[in-house]
Amino acid sequence: MVKKIKIALIGNPNSGKSSVFNALTGLSQKVANFPGVTVEKKVGFCSLRDKFNNEVYAEIIDLPGTYSLYPKSPEERIPFQLLCDPQNEAHPDLTIVVADGTNFKRNLFLCSQIVDLKIPVILVINMMDIVRFKKVVIDFEKLEERLGIPIVAMNARRNEGIKELKAAITKPFPPPINDFINIHQFAPEVIDTIRQTVNVKSNYNAFLVANNLDLISNFEIPEFKREKIRAVCSQYEFNQQQMQAKETLERYKVISSIINDHIISPDNPVQKSWSYKIDSVLTHRVWGYFIFLVVLFLIFQAIFAWATYPMDLIDSAFMWISVEVKNSLPPGLLNDLLVNGILAGLNGIVVFVPQIALLFFFIGVLEDTGYMSRVSFLMDRLMRKFGLNGKSLIPLISGVACAVPAIMSARTIQNWKERLITIMVTPLMSCSARLPVYTLLIALIIPAEYVYGVNLQGLVLMMMYLIGFFAAISVAWVMKHMIKSKEKSYFVMELPMYRVPRWSTIGIHITSKVRVFLFDAGKVIVSISIILWVLSSFGPSGEFDRIEEKYMAETYTQSMPKEEIDRHVQSEKLESSYAGHLGHIIEPAIRPLGYDWKIGIALITSFAAREVFVGTMSTIYSVGDEKSSKMTVKEKMRSEINPITGGPRYTFAVGISLMLFYAFAMQCISTIAVVFRETRNIRYPLFQILYMSVMAYLASLIAYQLLK
Amino acid sequence: MVIKFLSELKKGQKGQIESFTDYDLSLKLLEMGCIPGELVEVIRIAPLGDPIAISVAGYMLSLRKGEAATVRIKVS
Repeated sequence: MVKKIKIALIGNPNSGKSSVFNALTGLSQKVANFPGVTVEKKVGFCSLRDKFNNEVYAEIIDLPGTYSLYPKSPEERIPFQLLCDPQNEAHPDLTIVVADGTNFKRNLFLCSQIVDLKIPVILVINMMDIVRFKKVVIDFEKLEERLGIPIVAMNARRNEGIKELKAAITKPFPPPINDFINIHQFAPEVIDTIRQTVNVKSNYNAFLVANNLDLISNFEIPEFKREKIRAVCSQYEFNQQQMQAKETLERYKVISSIINDHIISPDNPVQKSWSYKIDSVLTHRVWGYFIFLVVLFLIFQAIFAWATYPMDLIDSAFMWISVEVKNSLPPGLLNDLLVNGILAGLNGIVVFVPQIALLFFFIGVLEDTGYMSRVSFLMDRLMRKFGLNGKSLIPLISGVACAVPAIMSARTIQNWKERLITIMVTPLMSCSARLPVYTLLIALIIPAEYVYGVNLQGLVLMMMYLIGFFAAISVAWVMKHMIKSKEKSYFVMELPMYRVPRWSTIGIHITSKVRVFLFDAGKVIVSISIILWVLSSFGPSGEFDRIEEKYMAETYTQSMPKEEIDRHVQSEKLESSYAGHLGHIIEPAIRPLGYDWKIGIALITSFAAREVFVGTMSTIYSVGDEKSSKMTVKEKMRSEINPITGGPRYTFAVGISLMLFYAFAMQCISTIAVVFRETRNIRYPLFQILYMSVMAYLASLIAYQLLK
Repeated sequence: MVIKFLSELKKGQKGQIESFTDYDLSLKLLEMGCIPGELVEVIRIAPLGDPIAISVAGYMLSLRKGEAATVRIKVS
């Protein structure tokens, strides 16, 4: 008999919840969205044996970190809805509350709320290493007795206590019996009526329903019952804020007495802690900003220098495969589609992986060590001048990896105006999809030289990122004056202790991000590559035949070698293909920016996703040339001649103009979709497309005209 | 015994939370462990003078000066 159970993992931010989740589920994790909202839902699986050797199969949901069950953001609504609506399909059989043992008072608050919901609970007291280091003594036995729930002491980073936690999961888990606080006394009539109306397990659950009336529209109950609940709340004048304050104070009263009775904690002044000493440097008025800049600088240098090796390897591997496929299959359409359509497209995706992995690695380290919140602390005052919030820095910096999760992470900003501005400007940050475009163009126009030990190409790359950042804050400043709002802005945030990053957590994070990129973005890129191949391999009827006929004529066959004729045929074919026609249509508009119709094709295809640029380039230039499948995209582009000047197509001016275009233009369907989902108003993504396109066009125009 | 606003405290100054002047913000602060009677200390002020970091209930919390101006503190 396999026993299946649903477990919800819940805890304060920075309580080490994800370490526990990873220790339980390892790589069996899946990331999906909660239905109807864009909050990431992490689910993992874990197969255990109870003491009779029966299998227990646990499905574990990692809920977003929260300080209480009172939701203040869409993210925090998830725990509320899952735990307070027993009809919800994800309502857990068991909850595991992860509490930071060094911060027990605040962490026990959330646990106490769940105890009163009467959902079975296992309390994990995490970070036992620091608890012991601080010489805090916890009487676990007495605490278990007092709370009426099993407690497991853990140091999840080192997998300490994981065996005990697994054993606790396989034991029978009755709902908690003791009331933590007597909630019934606060609103007896309201609680009784709600308990008679809907099937909730506890008085506290009824109380929370009354306190979050606007959220019960998502509960799986008929409308007349909702009406009844609303009626009784207004009849007895249930004041939500007052009730919440009363409950909070009552809980902390009980928590204080519990801590007094069962925990002996010597005085640990914050000033004596390592974190405080590190902060003296990292948030110093001079060194703080200087170190932040150095950190950013090192990250970009590293990405440029380290990622090139695996990227070159991937490129040559794909080139080898292309040549093999080309030679082993009979020539023809299928061969061409495989080599120049699909393989070229796949190459364009896989080659990103090293850079994306490195970027997520660095962002993961900055977040996991606790440094990211210090950056918010340092920058809040500055960011506010631009209509942003210190917390906007995390979306903005994450935007360097990908705007989609970055825009979602803007949810931590409670103030709507600041959040909206953050969402509107985040896509200006140079995301990882721009990186290959920059990499390719920089390699074309900037010499790979070192000046004073600084890699020039890396320097230009960093400039592109800075341009993106300054564009973002300038636009934010303009929007600050455009958007009117009276809502207050908050910046109440925990500054967690500095910790050594958890490499396995970061590893799992990178793996899941890379997987999402390969499969989600990959699908788009491969389909676009195939569409592109079709568009550039076929043309309006008769045109291809006419070109072939033209070169069959004796004037050509006699005066030119066969190879040269072939090249002329191929390039004329590309020009008269559907793609060529499209490129020609927009050419007049983009000529002032220094682009020709071939670049025009790339601009059109990159509207769906910027990274398609590189794939498009390699497809366009392989269609034209027999030898080209043995050359990298860079080599193909470098050998491209501008027929008007006779010089290379990709001059310094064209390269800069193109990079600026890609820096500012909104070329990402996924971002547009996520902005729409987050703002729930089509005007915002439309406005974003408009302002970014105008900026891109003007910047490229000015740059090209000045530099040419 | 003097009542001051948290925003008026200098780095290193301690006091006990007495009450709040903003209802919405107080709910947020309460659940983060800033309850009346709790001992707080200003441990850091950001280089640009704002926000500030305080120690409360055994951890570090950062908040803006404007937010700290809604918290009344008993300074002895």
